Amino acid sequence: MSDAPLLVVDGITRRYPGVVANDHVSFDVGRAEIHALLGENGAGKSTLVKIIYGLVQPDEGRMLLEGTPYAPAEPREARAAGIAMVFQHFSLFEALSVAENIALGMEDPPPMNALATRIREVSAAYGLPLDPMRLVGELSAGERQRVEIIRCLLQEPRLLIMDEPTSVLTPQEVEILFRTLRRLREEGRSILYISHKLEEIRALCDRATILRLGKVVASCDPRACSARELAEMMVGSSFTQPERTQRPFGDVVLEVKDLDLPAGSPFGTSLRNVSFKVRAGEILGIGGVAGNGQEELLAALSGERTTAAGAVRLDKEAIGRLPPNPRRARGLLSAPEERLGHAAAPDMTLTENAMMTGAVRRHLVERGFLRWQAARRFAEEIVQRFDVRTAGVEHVARSLSGGNLQKFVIGREILQAPRALVVNQPTWGVDAAAAAAIRQALIDLAEKGVAVVVISQDLDELLEISDSFAALNAGRLSEPRPTEGLGIDEIGLLMGGVHGAAPASRNGAGQEETV
Amino acid sequence: MDLSAIDPLVLLASLMVAATPIMLAGIGELVVEKSGVLNLGVEGMMITGAICGFAIAVETGSPALGFLAAAAGGAVLALVFGILTQFLLSNQVATGLALTLFGLGLSALIGQSYIGIKPPHFDPLDIPLLKDLPVLGPVLFRHDVIVYLALGLVVAVWWFLNRSRAGLVLRAIGENHDAAHALGYKVMRMRMLAIVFGGALAGLGGAYISLVRVPQWTEGMTAGAGWIALALVVFASWRPLRLALGAWLFGGITVLQLNLQAAGVAIPIQYLSMSPYIATILVLAFLSSRSGRAALDAPASLGKPFHASS
Repeated sequence: MSDAPLLVVDGITRRYPGVVANDHVSFDVGRAEIHALLGENGAGKSTLVKIIYGLVQPDEGRMLLEGTPYAPAEPREARAAGIAMVFQHFSLFEALSVAENIALGMEDPPPMNALATRIREVSAAYGLPLDPMRLVGELSAGERQRVEIIRCLLQEPRLLIMDEPTSVLTPQEVEILFRTLRRLREEGRSILYISHKLEEIRALCDRATILRLGKVVASCDPRACSARELAEMMVGSSFTQPERTQRPFGDVVLEVKDLDLPAGSPFGTSLRNVSFKVRAGEILGIGGVAGNGQEELLAALSGERTTAAGAVRLDKEAIGRLPPNPRRARGLLSAPEERLGHAAAPDMTLTENAMMTGAVRRHLVERGFLRWQAARRFAEEIVQRFDVRTAGVEHVARSLSGGNLQKFVIGREILQAPRALVVNQPTWGVDAAAAAAIRQALIDLAEKGVAVVVISQDLDELLEISDSFAALNAGRLSEPRPTEGLGIDEIGLLMGGVHGAAPASRNGAGQEETV
Repeated sequence: MDLSAIDPLVLLASLMVAATPIMLAGIGELVVEKSGVLNLGVEGMMITGAICGFAIAVETGSPALGFLAAAAGGAVLALVFGILTQFLLSNQVATGLALTLFGLGLSALIGQSYIGIKPPHFDPLDIPLLKDLPVLGPVLFRHDVIVYLALGLVVAVWWFLNRSRAGLVLRAIGENHDAAHALGYKVMRMRMLAIVFGGALAGLGGAYISLVRVPQWTEGMTAGAGWIALALVVFASWRPLRLALGAWLFGGITVLQLNLQAAGVAIPIQYLSMSPYIATILVLAFLSSRSGRAALDAPASLGKPFHASS
């Protein structure tokens, strides 16, 4: 019986109003197998694993776990059956300690002291050092993920579900994670690995099931397919990859010199001594793990937070003290990471959202009166030029899918003909085709002689489009270097390996070094 | 002016009594806020408790039944708040304010026929030996059972939040309701329980004012005690033991200003009556100015609506 699959998913269907999230999905996960679930955003991966984990009930279909019917009504039952899940977001409590977080994920936790001892044992055994008494809010993204993994491991799971586990990790941390996962496979556990990072899946997984629009469209051995083949199966059509171009750089447009900025929130990061220059036509990629000062850097450049006047210069003019609108008037535009609530007002229409950042440069305001006709034309222009799929510009921003809204907020800034553009995470949570379109638009913009700063945690993206590269680590920026010829290991060191160099290193930094 | 008329022992003893209503309401609201719900209706629940307790105590002649009825009255009003905000997803701030206005009006209506009546007397506990201790006896051991109940509840809530499994779940829900939901915890059920508990304690606190501290019924007699209880929760950084200290501090200011008035201090009475409220404002302004650390203490999901959509 040992080659019978561990989990069989048979004809699972789940409908939401207006959309079928899973349409008769069938696949199986073998024993001691790392099985990839691949698909774009909205392909139904998340709904499917929530069904397996008991968070969502299917409308039709059945599941078998080791040959017996399995229909968890809630996560508790799934955990009792030996299924554990590491979430992509939203499942840790920042103000609680590591041990408390882990206790919350367990059915019958031992007393805190005993639990802390077990956490130390398990974390040492799997090479994932962790101090049970620290607050989760003080941990790095990699350490937080360890909390989730150890929470799962303490329950001796037979099947571990991982939802996009590497999106927040440095390359070194990814290596550690993969070592842990391979070791779990050797112990006979199965892993259901969800991702849209194709190279990772090819490196790690034994089999892949590909979902598109809620249906299983293919199943393959990812080691035998190229990344391009996998991508085309995911998207269902071929799409063009953005092309890098060789272009001459002009004068320095945007200059940041010795920028210091205290953290904006309790768990934020202070910027220290950040300096870089971006020339006309140059794309500067700023990498780094989330929470190392990316938001603060964007705020300092957009004008949401002001600094010493000389810390930010646009065309040699000191603008560090100017708020956002005067900066926009001078040609420094920005698009922050959070689409809903920061880059766009979720409950306002696309026309209103276009008005909000476009007012200055597109002259959408006349003697204090709003020119709604012009704003509407501007919004329509964005929709048309950037292929934003929406029923119309009178619809609210919230109604757009992530990728379409992202195309809208990036397009809105690009069409204002900036001198310099700063974007944070331009393709986060965006499907492959839309991401390619956004990257191409950024390259096209640089071609026109605009200085572009792309802050991103997606290294492949930065390597693909940036001309020079720098990494943010604990609020400090490395010296920008030409991207050409930069190896992934070097980048990894820039991103995470210089912890020891930071004078105010956190308590856990020493532990990280020993990994 | 004769400051020597103020007896420090009497002052301390009456401080314990003055602190009790806001301590009860505050510890209840602390649990509610720890679960991530902001109920601004404390004042309304207190005054409802005050009249429910007063009316039942008068009708039955039993203060104990009165306190039970007060807890029930506060809890019922809180239940309305819970249904509106948790199931119908109404705005917590607006609903809480409405609850206060509703409670004030409802209590005035019920209280029409109780104005000017004396409630049955509520005796202090008779604690042998301890009450005869010098100094400590009169200050600590000659109070009624509700004073000790309030203190016991503070300790119990501390234990519940920091040592029990259910308390950990409650804090987790207040910290990040989406994550708690994803782990399979019942966000709405826990919040409803917390809201009802908070309402019951606010009701008790209100009844303590009408049955013991004053004791008689007048319209609007809680006079902002509910708002002070709300401020107290912030003052205490959502920590039960600190909340007890804060209650004594505010209770002390209230008692002191009454004594100063009685002693004929040459300050207009209005300034003295204002002093507890001014202290509240000063404390809140001071706490929110230390932005970084204070913001950490607040439950991260406080006041945010939860809908299990995904």
